[in-house]
Amino acid sequence: MSTGMYEGAIQDLIDALGRLPGIGPKSAQRIAFHILQSDSEIAANLVEAVRTVKERVKFCTQCGNVSEETECRICRDPRRDGTKICVVEESKDVIAIERTREFRGKYHVLGGAISPIDGIGPDQLRIRELMQRLSDSTITEIILATDPNLEGEATATYLARLIKPMGINVSRLASGLPVGGDLEYADEVTLGRAFEGRTNL
Amino acid sequence: MSASQTKLYRDEAIILRTQKLGEADRIITLLTKEHGRIRGVAKGVRRTMSKFGARLEPGSHVDIQMHSGKTFDTITQVEAIMNYGEALTEDYQRWTIAHAILETAERFTQQEEEPAQQEFQLVVGGMKALAENRYDSSLILDAFLLRSLSIGGYEPSMTACSRCEKPGPHRYFSLVGGGSVCMDCRPSASATASSEALELMQALLKGDWDVAEKSEPRHRREASGLVTAYLQWHLERGLRSLPMVERA
Repeated sequence: MSTGMYEGAIQDLIDALGRLPGIGPKSAQRIAFHILQSDSEIAANLVEAVRTVKERVKFCTQCGNVSEETECRICRDPRRDGTKICVVEESKDVIAIERTREFRGKYHVLGGAISPIDGIGPDQLRIRELMQRLSDSTITEIILATDPNLEGEATATYLARLIKPMGINVSRLASGLPVGGDLEYADEVTLGRAFEGRTNL
Repeated sequence: MSASQTKLYRDEAIILRTQKLGEADRIITLLTKEHGRIRGVAKGVRRTMSKFGARLEPGSHVDIQMHSGKTFDTITQVEAIMNYGEALTEDYQRWTIAHAILETAERFTQQEEEPAQQEFQLVVGGMKALAENRYDSSLILDAFLLRSLSIGGYEPSMTACSRCEKPGPHRYFSLVGGGSVCMDCRPSASATASSEALELMQALLKGDWDVAEKSEPRHRREASGLVTAYLQWHLERGLRSLPMVERA
């Protein structure tokens, strides 16, 4: 990538685009030429959008979700149930849960999961902030919605160990069979979990 | 590459580390029985519908089929032998120890594709002992670290002086000097070690669990301190998971 074929500005743009996730040198070149050939208004909008996102978007002081104010829309909403907090790894997970329309409580974004091999421990996540929120006695339930992989499970185990002694109800998202799939293709871990968490009819 | 003619190859492996790649893929670092440490791409494993994502988690012992590629090999099929990691997430302390074991194994197999059968067997054994909760988990970790050092050619001396071979036990322990050192040979920055801690380390290295389990907590702490300091000195760069291990 460092051996640029084009001169000056166009190569700078290709290099900048190439650093984005999922964009290789070929795609970067294609996007750069698309921008070059399109109306200057489209380019100006793009520049403006990139600038404002960096300027305006902050992290909610309460839950750590992305927000344009000091507190995010969900934390500010008085209709949301403040007694329940759903703990997730990333802001993207908040949106995924919001899409279900099942949960009307508030969120807490950890910013990742505990993974000692990558140097991420409890102190690198927003766990201290969560514990601070829990000192408010109105909170009665914590739903741990970390990813259903080992890092997520271990993070949930760690949090449960911290929170349970406080007398707060701690629950973990169920895991099991994906809707719309065939049983025979399920892996043994997922199928085993589905068995463990089966429900009475 | 040893399997360049066939393109497809099969091996037994333990998963050391996973990293996200692109939208839904992962790069999986594996320690295999025949091919040493390799990195492979697992496509689409982060999607909820993935058929083998659950088997490709750190600590899993798997039977794997790979397709050799230019930069990375692609993982095409996975069968679980034992999902050790799955059993360990319910116990935070043991899970952090599992991570320390996996990271150590990665560091001791520096060269990719260089067969490391002893280290492989050692990791499998360590994960098994940990998942079955067979011994005190802190002792399992120290035993694993000592044996990894031994396989790597850095076995510390725990009885005779490492310099003049004068029979011990000696009171001094030197990271630079290769373990136990006698009064006359000791370098200036030597630590002191109790004979009980050295005896415990010897027992852990040789797999004498009866002796190891009878040791007192303070000697276990001392031995852990010596082992980790010795390990960090030989690895040059510290292990990231080790400070996060909760020692009993």
